Amino acid sequence: MQKFEAIESRYAILPVDNVDTDQIIPARFLKTISKDGLGDQLFFDWRYEADGSPKPDFVLNTPEAKQCKVLVAGDNFGCGSSREHAPWALTQYGFRAVVSTSFADIFKNNSLKNGLLPIAVPADVHKELMAAAGAVKVNLASQTLTLESGKAVEFAIDAFSKACLLEGVDELGFVLKHEEAIQAYEAMNPPALDTRLVNA
Amino acid sequence: MSRPKTIIEKLWDAHVVAQPEGAPAFLWIDLHLVHEVTSPQAFAGLRARGIKVRRPDLTLGTCDHSTPTTPRDLPIIDPIAAAQVAQFETNCTEFGIPHFGFKNDKQGIVHVIGPENGATQPGMTVVCGDSHTATHGAFGALAFGIGTSEVEMVLATQCLLQRKSKTFNVRVEGLLGNGVTAKDIILALIARIGVGGGTGCVIEYTGSAIRALTMEQRMTVCNMSIEGGARAGLIAPDDKTYEFLAGRTLAPKGAAWDAAVAKWRTLPTDEGATYDKEIFIDASALEPMITFGTNPGQGVAVTQAIPDPGSVADAVERETLKKALAYMGLESGRPLLGRKVDVVFIGSCTNSRMSDLRAAAAILKGRKVNPSVRTMVVPGSMQIKREAEAEGLDQIFRDAGAEWREAGCSMCIAMNGDQLKPGEYSVSTSNRNFEGRQGKGGRTFLASPETAAASALAGAVADVRTLLG
Ligand code: SF4
Repeated sequence: MQKFEAIESRYAILPVDNVDTDQIIPARFLKTISKDGLGDQLFFDWRYEADGSPKPDFVLNTPEAKQCKVLVAGDNFGCGSSREHAPWALTQYGFRAVVSTSFADIFKNNSLKNGLLPIAVPADVHKELMAAAGAVKVNLASQTLTLESGKAVEFAIDAFSKACLLEGVDELGFVLKHEEAIQAYEAMNPPALDTRLVNA
Repeated sequence: MSRPKTIIEKLWDAHVVAQPEGAPAFLWIDLHLVHEVTSPQAFAGLRARGIKVRRPDLTLGTCDHSTPTTPRDLPIIDPIAAAQVAQFETNCTEFGIPHFGFKNDKQGIVHVIGPENGATQPGMTVVCGDSHTATHGAFGALAFGIGTSEVEMVLATQCLLQRKSKTFNVRVEGLLGNGVTAKDIILALIARIGVGGGTGCVIEYTGSAIRALTMEQRMTVCNMSIEGGARAGLIAPDDKTYEFLAGRTLAPKGAAWDAAVAKWRTLPTDEGATYDKEIFIDASALEPMITFGTNPGQGVAVTQAIPDPGSVADAVERETLKKALAYMGLESGRPLLGRKVDVVFIGSCTNSRMSDLRAAAAILKGRKVNPSVRTMVVPGSMQIKREAEAEGLDQIFRDAGAEWREAGCSMCIAMNGDQLKPGEYSVSTSNRNFEGRQGKGGRTFLASPETAAASALAGAVADVRTLLG
């Protein structure tokens, strides 16, 4: 995973609550067996007309949006399916952080593993961000989000995910180092089943 | 005596492998289910690292999402879907994972085949790269959906990095009225708490109305826990659970069975244990539910009017509701009852098991679906398909003018060619009414199999209670 550096960027506003992962990337694009090429499919059905032309009023189709590394969206962002294609698509488009009042659990987990920072802010800060497009600074080390007004808010992130993002650590590599603990558990807990007997 | 614990805490405590300083717990996974859509990149990751699947004996695969529901002797026409299904079978074979490929006679929806084969058992941790994994919670298992990076982690280590969730007691008491089902319980809950209401929580469903449900109905309830934002949802095991499991292919046998049941009996929440959150639902006050919007929380009783965005105080919330109604082409202030529909879909991991098919067949028997409606019945697995055919349900559906198809996710996610056309309305027994979920531009009303069958007959959203007399 790429290291997460401090960001200073304009942000794009998506003023919709409960944005689900079917909107972030529609299911028909999940037939791929690779992780690539998903940025073009981000918000596809909100972004493009039936004939494939971009919808001019959708936020990601404005020239400014192309420069935005931060997306500000309504409450409960990323609900619905567990598809990791959602953060893959967001990062491939160019986003490094999403700001909302809250995030769906699986989306949040998936994002943190892909260098996409979910930033949950209080309702008043969220309102200020939603009111007009502007720029923000994101500092992960100090866990602060600084608004254009100069207002700085602290955001929460668990220490482990933070360290992984800052150092670009790979979680699987970390777990593989604890082979002994896994073996000890395995030895103490006989399996409840053997799936290989399923076709017996 | 130690502090009283909920079943959720008991399951957690029994599966912590390690708790390294400054890291989340390593949670042991007893059963890992895989399907073709969320696993290819995980297998590619294993290959790139040169590692094997640690416990193929605790892993079970099936193809379902991209899998056509047309006769199995026909090829998969969509080349991208065909490649994905083929890759899935190659991956499972290469890594030694038992699996049901496209032509396997046990193939089916991942959350249907687990319980059906006795793989899902009480006390287990179950994961799958799929958000509806909570279905398996009906057996008293801690079961939840994970992303593809986590699929790779579990394939490689049989462990997952996890943080403890909050506990949420959803207590449902009382008798369900005629025509009111398990699906209506869960739709009513989500309408109350909203699609983010369970975020950060594992739900335990308790109360007399839950205990009264069959195992299949319990799966319907647990299945949609994610639609309320919950990490997982479960129900403590009881004699019904053991009866369902006894004799299934992967369930323990003989002395091992007795030992397992004795262990399972210690799982239910201790007297006096407390939860972080609680909610109470009066089952006797529930009516058949239906969704009108573009998330599963936007639901009302079938006789109730669609809410007015004008009455919503918060601006973004108001706009979100307006946007949903605009997408759905609906006006507020009136019920959905009588609204014309184009398609009725009976299937999905929420409602595609034998009891769902029987319930729909009981309503369709000797009647004809409205000729303007395309009615699709899609069994959850090939085993269910055969069982339904042995009972003659397929004939009832066909005689009524419905399609009887092969097993798979089908029009729940519209990845396999089964889909709505833009603008079409469907009543669906699946779990998601998100924009485009059943096909680009399609509009979904979620409801029970009973409501779906009644709507197929009427050609419009119907109240099944009028058919029950
Ligand atoms: S039936 Fe629908 S919800 Fe269930 S696993 Fe398949 S796509 Fe997902």
